[in-house]
Amino acid sequence: MADFTEPHRGASPSPPLLAAVELARRDGDQVLLTGVSLEIHARDRVAVVGATGSGKSLLLRALAFLDPIDSGKLLWQGREIHGPEAPRFRGCVMYLHQRPALIEGSVEEILRQPFGLRLHRDKVFDRAAIIARLALVGRGESFLESQQRDLSGGEAQIVALLRAMQLAPHVLLLDEPTAALDAQSTAAVESLIETYLSEQPTQRAAVWVTHDRAQAQRVASRWMQMRAGVLSEGS
Amino acid sequence: MNYVELTYTQVALAALLIVINGAISVALRLGLERSLLWASMRTVVQLLLVGLVLEWVFRLDRWYVVLSLATLMTLIAGVTAASRNERRYPGMWLNTVISIWASAWLVTAFALFVVLQGIEKWYQPQYAIPLLGMVLGNTLNGVSVGLSTFTESLVTRREQVETQLALGATRWEAAREPAQHAVRTGMIPIINSMLVVGVVSLPGMMTGQLISGMDPIEAVKYQIVIMFLIASATALGTVVIVMLSFLRLFNKDHQFAPRQLTP
Repeated sequence: MADFTEPHRGASPSPPLLAAVELARRDGDQVLLTGVSLEIHARDRVAVVGATGSGKSLLLRALAFLDPIDSGKLLWQGREIHGPEAPRFRGCVMYLHQRPALIEGSVEEILRQPFGLRLHRDKVFDRAAIIARLALVGRGESFLESQQRDLSGGEAQIVALLRAMQLAPHVLLLDEPTAALDAQSTAAVESLIETYLSEQPTQRAAVWVTHDRAQAQRVASRWMQMRAGVLSEGS
Repeated sequence: MNYVELTYTQVALAALLIVINGAISVALRLGLERSLLWASMRTVVQLLLVGLVLEWVFRLDRWYVVLSLATLMTLIAGVTAASRNERRYPGMWLNTVISIWASAWLVTAFALFVVLQGIEKWYQPQYAIPLLGMVLGNTLNGVSVGLSTFTESLVTRREQVETQLALGATRWEAAREPAQHAVRTGMIPIINSMLVVGVVSLPGMMTGQLISGMDPIEAVKYQIVIMFLIASATALGTVVIVMLSFLRLFNKDHQFAPRQLTP
C-alpha cells in the first residue's frame, strides 16, 4: 500500500510525486494515448499544450486514473496504483474538469459536500480558510450564500478550485480551467492556484492543460506538447 | 363454479368494439388502423395459443413441463425488459434475464411452498403458472423502468458522477444517487397500484375469480397475497438490475465507463 499521507522527505533523491511510464490507451483501432511518460516533482508547474483533439484531456484523466489504461504504469511516489487505492490516490492527485460540475445548492453546501465521502470523513470544513482564499479573488463571506444556478462561469471555476483545495491534494490536474473565462476571472483563478501551490512548495505541483501560450508562459516552469496522443518535452 | 361459458360468436361480438378504435383513428387521421388490426390479431392469436398450451400443460401435470414453460416465460420477460431500453451495454440482456429470473422465481417459490400450503403439489400448474405470470409481468416493468432510469441518469449526470470520482469518491459513492433514483422510480408504479387497488381498480385476477363465482372475500385474500408477491418481486428485481448494471458500468479501479453505454 502506497503512503498517501506525506510525500517522502530525507537524504536520498525522492521519487517524483507522480510518474507515468509508457501509458497507452486505445479505443478499438483508434490510438488515444501512446508511450506517454512523464514525471511530476514537487514545485513543478507543467503546461501541456497541443491542438484540440490531440489527447490533452485524456492525458489528465489518465494521470488521475479516471480512465482504464491499456498498458503502462502509473506511479504515486514510486509505487504503482492499484484498484482499491484509486479513491485515495485521486484525493492526492486531483483532476479538475474544464466545466465544473457543482451540486445544486449554495456555495457553502457545494464546498461541504466532499466531506460526506468516506475518504474525507476525518477532515472538517474550514470556513475561515475558505474565506481567506475568497479574499484572494476579491470575494467576501457573502459569496458562500450564493446559489449554484446564479454563479458565472468564472465563479463556478473558483468554487470548484476551492472545493478541491480544501482537500489538500498534492497535484492539481487542471483541464483548461480558464478557457471560458474573461481576463479578470482568469487572473483570479491563476493567483488562487499559484497561492495554493506556494503554501507548501515541497509537496505540491500542478499540470495545466491550456491552449493559451501566453498563459503557459505565465504559469509554467516546464512545457510539454501533445500531438496525436504522443507527449513530448519542450514547446 | 358457476359462470356463463362464452361461445366464439360472443367473443366475436366483443371484437366489434375494436371497430370504435378504428373509427377514431380514421376520423382523426391517426394512421393507427394497421397497428390496431395487427395488435388485435396478435391478441387473439397469442391468447388462443396460450389457451391451448395451458390446456396441454394442465393435462400433462408434470413438474418438468411446468418448469419448462416457466423458463420460457421468464426468458421472454427478461429479453423484453432489455429491449425496451434506449441505451445498451454489453451483457445487458443477460443481466435483465438474471434479475427477473432470480426475483420472480424466488418470490413465486415462496408463494408456492410457504404461503399456499394447502396445494397438492408445489408445481400444480393451476397455481404455479398464473402466479408466476403475474409476478413476471410486473417485475418486467420494474426492471425495465429501473434499468432505463439508471442508465439515463448516469448519462445526464455523467459530469457529476465523474467529478465525485475525481474528488475521491468510491465507485459506489459516485453512483449512489442515480442508483437510488432508479430503484425509487422502478417501484413507484407498484406502490401506486397498492394505494388504489380495489378503490380505483379491480385487478384482473380478482375480476376473473369473481366472474367464475368465487366468494368475494376469498378472491380478496388471493389478491392481497398477489399484491405482496408482485411488490416484493418488483423491488428485488429492480435492485438486482441496478446493481448488476452498476457493476458493469463501474470497474474495480473505481472508474466509470460511460462509453459502454451506446444509444
